[in-house]
Amino acid sequence: MNGEQKPEQTPPPAPTPPVAASPAKPAPASAPAQMDRRRFLSWFGLGWVSFAAATGGALSIVLRFLFPNVVFEPPTSFKAGFPDDYEIGKVDERWKEKFGVWMVRVAEGIYALSTICTHLGCTPNWLDTESKFKCPCHGSGFYKTGINFEGPAPRPLERYKISLADDGQILVDKSKKFQQEKGEWNNPESFLTF
Amino acid sequence: MFDLKKYITETQVYKSMFRHGYSTSERDRALSVMTNVFFHLHPVKVRKSGARFGFTWCAGGLSFFVFLTLVVSGILLMFYYRPTVEHAYDDIMALRDHVPFGIMRELHRWGAHAMIITVWLHMFRVFMTGSYKPPREFNWVVGVILLVLTMLLSFTGYLLPWDQLAMWAITVGSNMARATPFLGHEGPGAALLALGDIQLVTSGSDVRFALLGGRFVGAGTLLRFYILHCVAIPTVLVLLISVHFWRIRKDGGISGPL
Repeated sequence: MNGEQKPEQTPPPAPTPPVAASPAKPAPASAPAQMDRRRFLSWFGLGWVSFAAATGGALSIVLRFLFPNVVFEPPTSFKAGFPDDYEIGKVDERWKEKFGVWMVRVAEGIYALSTICTHLGCTPNWLDTESKFKCPCHGSGFYKTGINFEGPAPRPLERYKISLADDGQILVDKSKKFQQEKGEWNNPESFLTF
Repeated sequence: MFDLKKYITETQVYKSMFRHGYSTSERDRALSVMTNVFFHLHPVKVRKSGARFGFTWCAGGLSFFVFLTLVVSGILLMFYYRPTVEHAYDDIMALRDHVPFGIMRELHRWGAHAMIITVWLHMFRVFMTGSYKPPREFNWVVGVILLVLTMLLSFTGYLLPWDQLAMWAITVGSNMARATPFLGHEGPGAALLALGDIQLVTSGSDVRFALLGGRFVGAGTLLRFYILHCVAIPTVLVLLISVHFWRIRKDGGISGPL
């Protein structure tokens, strides 16, 4: 077996032929016409700068590509019907699915509660019989006002800006939120009084 | 008598592929590793102590083996799975109910769990044997990145069944990205990035948005996670695995006992 392989093992020494590299040496000395150090460096610098610019440009295109100009998400503000549509003392769930908002009508007025649990962002359920919001993920509980009282949630549910539109409908603006722990629930925009 | 072996090994086809003998001499053994595109990443020689199971637990090799299993089963799953809100969940159910070898998805899922375990074991072993020490400190860093990529693969794969568990796990998980310094809209420093009154980092332009393709987990998220899971992260992972293996060889082979 060894004998058969021998002939194949001989080639490796072969590609070490006598030096044929010598003719290559004089070429660089004569070929470039007067490229002095300063000119070389400026071309060299220009080359690197344009390379960096092209790479940076391409990367920023990739980055921008990840942010579409149009997002097909529900609008952040919506009209939630007329005040008479809501029953006093009830938590209304009609906008929960589409806009992530509970409308809570109390005797003095109405407020819009966010359906995003302040623990880790799940959607709690309104338990009418127990009169509390209960999050299925980790068990956070909130009173009807949105104040947290059990489970890991560190702060109350947020309220959204609420007002009356010109046509008499309730207007909820989710782009502006009010946090109880910052004292923002005293802001009249967070509560619509009738 | 007709010598079949001699006949085969002397054909031009054979000789074009194998340029040295089969492991009969030290030189042939070394050449069979060095001249093979896959093996050349591997150290030519392995210390006897390094090959001991008790020293390595084979954890790194097992991680790679499980990864190969995941690649094969994952590619097979891709023939049936469509990453759209309309089809994703049904396709996962179909993989269990209608497709032959319904175990394929389980193989992929349990393989993912196994890979997390073996990768952690590998890291533990490398730490306990001091194999992260110079000259292997660079390879340790590569390994840490590989660990993160492995967990990112698990994270992105978790969304793909598109059931309640997946939805809320990714909702909770991606909410952490809100708090990324400067890049998340609720993170420290994000409020500093503003032009006059205009906030540059908002819920529509932060790192979480880029990850989810929206402000909450939806159709865009499913597609993005699918691409990340099947193309982007595996590509980077394979590149870094190559570097990882090659560096073992360059750093003097597998480490010896302390």
